[in-house]
Amino acid sequence: MALPSYATRGERIWHYVFLGICALVFLFLVGPLLVIIPLSFNAEPYFTFSEAMLRLDPAGYSLRWYEDFFTSSEWLGAIKNSFIVGIASTLLATVLGTVAALGLSSRHMPARGAIMALLISPMIVPLIISAAAMFFFFSKVNLAQTYLGVILAHTALGIPFVVITVTATLSSFDTTLIRAAHSLGANPTRTFFKVVLPLVTPGVVSGALFAFITSFDEVVVVLFIAGPEQRTMPIQMWSGIREQISPTILAVATLLVLLSMLLLTTLELLRRRGERLRGLSPG
Amino acid sequence: MSQSPATPLTTADGVPLKVSLRRAVRRSKLKALLLASPLLAFLLIAFVMPIVDMLWRSVDNPEVSTHLSRTVQALQGWDGESLPEEPVFAALVADLREGKEARNLGLLSSRLNYEKSGMRSTISRTARRLRTVEPPYREALIAVNDTWGELDTWKLIQREAVPYTLSYYLAAVDRQFGPDGEIVKVPEYLEIHVELFWRTFWMSAVITALTLLLGYPIAYLLATLPLRHSNLLMILVLLPFWTSLLVRTTTWIAILQSQGVLNDMMVAIGLIADEARWQMIHNKIGTIVAMTHILLPFMILPLYSVMKTIPPSYMRAARSLGGKPLLSFRRVYFPLTIPGIAAGGILVFILAIGYYITPALVGGQSGRFITNYIAYHMQTSLNWGLAAAIASILLAVVVVFYLVFNRLIGVDKVKLG
Repeated sequence: MALPSYATRGERIWHYVFLGICALVFLFLVGPLLVIIPLSFNAEPYFTFSEAMLRLDPAGYSLRWYEDFFTSSEWLGAIKNSFIVGIASTLLATVLGTVAALGLSSRHMPARGAIMALLISPMIVPLIISAAAMFFFFSKVNLAQTYLGVILAHTALGIPFVVITVTATLSSFDTTLIRAAHSLGANPTRTFFKVVLPLVTPGVVSGALFAFITSFDEVVVVLFIAGPEQRTMPIQMWSGIREQISPTILAVATLLVLLSMLLLTTLELLRRRGERLRGLSPG
Repeated sequence: MSQSPATPLTTADGVPLKVSLRRAVRRSKLKALLLASPLLAFLLIAFVMPIVDMLWRSVDNPEVSTHLSRTVQALQGWDGESLPEEPVFAALVADLREGKEARNLGLLSSRLNYEKSGMRSTISRTARRLRTVEPPYREALIAVNDTWGELDTWKLIQREAVPYTLSYYLAAVDRQFGPDGEIVKVPEYLEIHVELFWRTFWMSAVITALTLLLGYPIAYLLATLPLRHSNLLMILVLLPFWTSLLVRTTTWIAILQSQGVLNDMMVAIGLIADEARWQMIHNKIGTIVAMTHILLPFMILPLYSVMKTIPPSYMRAARSLGGKPLLSFRRVYFPLTIPGIAAGGILVFILAIGYYITPALVGGQSGRFITNYIAYHMQTSLNWGLAAAIASILLAVVVVFYLVFNRLIGVDKVKLG
């Protein structure tokens, strides 16, 4: 977006104004996330910068909220629950979603559009509606307030992400590679493990990551269908924000921002690997 | 070569090629369906059936017909002009006695109370005095509670004896059945849902417009920068996208509250007085700011993917043909981005009208959405029929927009990250 040499003076000015606007929007996007990181090291139980913090006085900073977090049995129990539910529903969603995506990317899939619309719908239907509906239905079949109920609900919510990413990967999969492998003497099993799987894996893994983060961050459905036994991390945060607002939440929030950075990096690496394997980009 | 044009082509084992091809296609169709079927079955049970169950619950009306079955039967053929005769009252006493025994009068009395306030206490008071009630029941019941002497009470029981009702939907739009089955407005102090529906829609529209306003320049910048730089900046868009919703909402509480970062900063630089801190959270501003921030990536990503496909030479051509920058933008570039605007706009709007968490945490009283009332009726007022009806209306709106989205863009074109 370099300025062309024929740009007029007005255009030059506008160009810099435009860049300024973009910088402000980026600040709006990322600024809030950066603000909470220093706030979580606050020595005082407030949600704002104390004077000592602004003077960069070490006494104004402390790790007490992190200590709070890592020593609280409630928080640790909630993390455990989040991982149990997250991992179980991710596995289920990834297996079901990948197998279905194999069918969906076939040229002969009947009613492809309608089925795709149905599979994506858990992502589109407002969570509160899914939550209310699942609450009604799961209480009838004794799934409410059980781990299984929460896991099944989160599986349904994670499925669209797996289906979308895996079908996208499969649609760019070059099927002549399979024939090439056959012609070079590989049997179907060897072809699958040596050719198909390495090419499809990045898509499956990023779909799984999407499903995991969906479950890991989900509040509404758990709020409705989980009992006190299945308290997950987001629920703990939710009640923390509503009831006794303490900077422990900011410490948790900072950790979660770090987690999403980690996740984003992983996804980006997977994407690059996928592109490289498919020969879409050099090195 | 030797085949005459009349004999059809066949495969090696003598089957006509057409038949063989059809068979192969059928087989791969079946295989594709078979692969998709476990997921379809799962979603049917874990997602579709709950939704259908909720739709059914929004019209289901079993209370009066099951718990007052004798009364309903005795009321058949009642003209509605004068108070029912003794047999009806006797049937009511029998029904209430049975209900008291089985301890299920609560459901019945709440159901009737939705339609006519005061019915809950009428029924519980009557149930308490059932032991002492002697025939003739008509006089005895009216003596216990004169609600039984009102024609409207009996009309209500007669009307609600049907297995399905629309009254939850009427309640969801602040209407109810009048004594003679006509549709009337609820009393003014009970009117809340219509206003919340409209507020949800216009605030979502404002949020959509704001995300477009903020997202358009960013998407343009990302689409026109060389890939090396734009990949780096893209991370700034994707990071908030990947960050927990609760975290993003929490940060806005920390920033906007009256003792928060923004107010402290403005006080520190003397922009506002310490006593006159701005109230920016727990109201409409809080909801709009936080939700614009949260939904902005959903606008930027579709806009970006459309803008990426517009060749830069178009704008250069427009300029070389004498178009001023603004005119070239308006007549050439902007029309080409409309698919992106439509995709992002519908997506953000659909997501916004269904948001629950953020309005509940930062919306206060005035920034609440209709979704907060679904939760309220689910958890506090326990009027599940009404919650189901409101949810069904919202679902219908979302489905309409989803179908439009599907028709315009296609769900399989949705890209993530």
